[in-house]
Amino acid sequence: MILQSLFFYLFSAVTIAAAFMVISARNPVHSVLFLILAFFNSAGLFILLGAEFLAMILVVVYVGAVAVLFLFVVMMLDVDFVEMRQGFLQYLPVGALIGIILLAELIAVLAGVYIAPETAARVAEPTPPLSQMSNTEAIGSLLYTKYVFFFQMAGLVLLVAMIGAIVLTLRHKEGVKRQDVSAQVGRTRDEAIEVVKVKSRQGI
Amino acid sequence: MNGFLDTYLIPGAIMVGQSLLLLSVLLVIIAYLLYADRKIWAAVQLRRGPNVVGPWGLFQSFADLLKFVLKEPVIPAPSDKTIFLLAPLVSTVLALAAWAVIPVDAGWVIADINVGVLYVFAIASLEVYGVIMGGWASNSKYAFLGSLRSAAQMVSYEVSIGFVIITVLLCVGSLNFTDIVLAQTEGIGTSIGMPSSLLDWHWLPLFPMFVIFFISGLAETNRPPFDLPEAESELVAGFMVEYSSTPYMLFMLGEYVAITLICALTTTLFLGGWLPPVDIAPFNWVPGVVWFVLKLCFVFFMFAMVKAIVPRYRYDQLMRLGWKVFLPLSLAAVVIVALVLQLTGWGGVPMAG
Repeated sequence: MILQSLFFYLFSAVTIAAAFMVISARNPVHSVLFLILAFFNSAGLFILLGAEFLAMILVVVYVGAVAVLFLFVVMMLDVDFVEMRQGFLQYLPVGALIGIILLAELIAVLAGVYIAPETAARVAEPTPPLSQMSNTEAIGSLLYTKYVFFFQMAGLVLLVAMIGAIVLTLRHKEGVKRQDVSAQVGRTRDEAIEVVKVKSRQGI
Repeated sequence: MNGFLDTYLIPGAIMVGQSLLLLSVLLVIIAYLLYADRKIWAAVQLRRGPNVVGPWGLFQSFADLLKFVLKEPVIPAPSDKTIFLLAPLVSTVLALAAWAVIPVDAGWVIADINVGVLYVFAIASLEVYGVIMGGWASNSKYAFLGSLRSAAQMVSYEVSIGFVIITVLLCVGSLNFTDIVLAQTEGIGTSIGMPSSLLDWHWLPLFPMFVIFFISGLAETNRPPFDLPEAESELVAGFMVEYSSTPYMLFMLGEYVAITLICALTTTLFLGGWLPPVDIAPFNWVPGVVWFVLKLCFVFFMFAMVKAIVPRYRYDQLMRLGWKVFLPLSLAAVVIVALVLQLTGWGGVPMAG
């Protein structure tokens, strides 16, 4: 138990410190790297809670895919740091407002149990103890039975977003030479090569 | 105090000892795989390969190690020094960390966790960070473009590797590596009257997946014919241009650890892990770890032969193969395998005994 609380404080301290560095680091690439550190330590917290499946998915999806795209975009940006700091005070009220709303919502979610005790019953689906069913199995059986409709809807929303992104950016230019791989592979010697007898001093 | 000693100190010390043992054996094996790689490559090209340091050149890898360590590391002045030095460490440490869940024999595994496959997949998806960080921190156009190129390649092939792993998981019904190996004690071989033989392993029923996994593994670890990240004859060394001495060695070491990891994964997922090829007298006397290492060396031999024989892919062909051939194929395979398993009720881990 000592070890567990020790690791809890380690992971949470690093998460909070890294999250703070995300917004205070001067270089945006460093910000993203600190964000990755924060994700990583949150995964550690999930493992401490016994949710090893969520921890691994957090690393695979957020660190392995989403943060890579972040990093790509941020590295490619030509950011002028002086210019970025100029508008800081101007946007402060709006930013503060959004921050306060988010904070209030988070408090409402976390403190909901104390404000309205009857919601506590609805909060968590009782999961079978770990001795009967592994974490992965428990999530799977819940997700694909009780919440299958929401799961499929979420997938559909993502599909629509993906198709939308493709439709918005895909433009077919006319008159561009394109590769037709099947035609290239299907070419035979007879169609590709023509053997010509060139007469001397005449050419073709 | 006694309780602390029993509950934390002694198990902790045992764990550290096991990890160190695995790491040192692994690194020695990698030193000789590197030597084997160069020897096989040389043999195919009718050369001698490394033959100067030690008898038959056996100490070549260690001589190279010494050379790298004793050289002066050059750090470019405009680079981001912390990230520049962090990148090679990330790529090596992550590749080594994935070995914690690979079972080399029944029960011989550092961490026998329930989500072992996901853990390896998570670690493998992080390996791209070494590449991106190295390319960006060098503060050079060539290194940066090289890192974009290799990051795109690694991300693309991870997708098909993921789907291939899912087909194996469907057949096993567990994310634990030990279960995956145990599931391969029964299969096609058992049903045709050769129980516990090499025909039981997953490579036979999932043969197309085995091939896709092997090729994607080549691309994922930047091996020829997919070594576009470095392509030493055309593109200098990609994201590693600015690296020298020990940091460069760490990148190379990370690459070889990743290659060995892919070989070990192929062994565990498709070639029956530590199981002997035939469960009769002379073969099942040999300890499982020997079979594991032999199978690993066999897969590595195939990697080395591919390097020696196959010409390099063009970058657009590489992307086309990953996204337009392997991704649809493996996606279809997931559906087909799931359907077959559902209709026939095959698969699963056989009960002990």
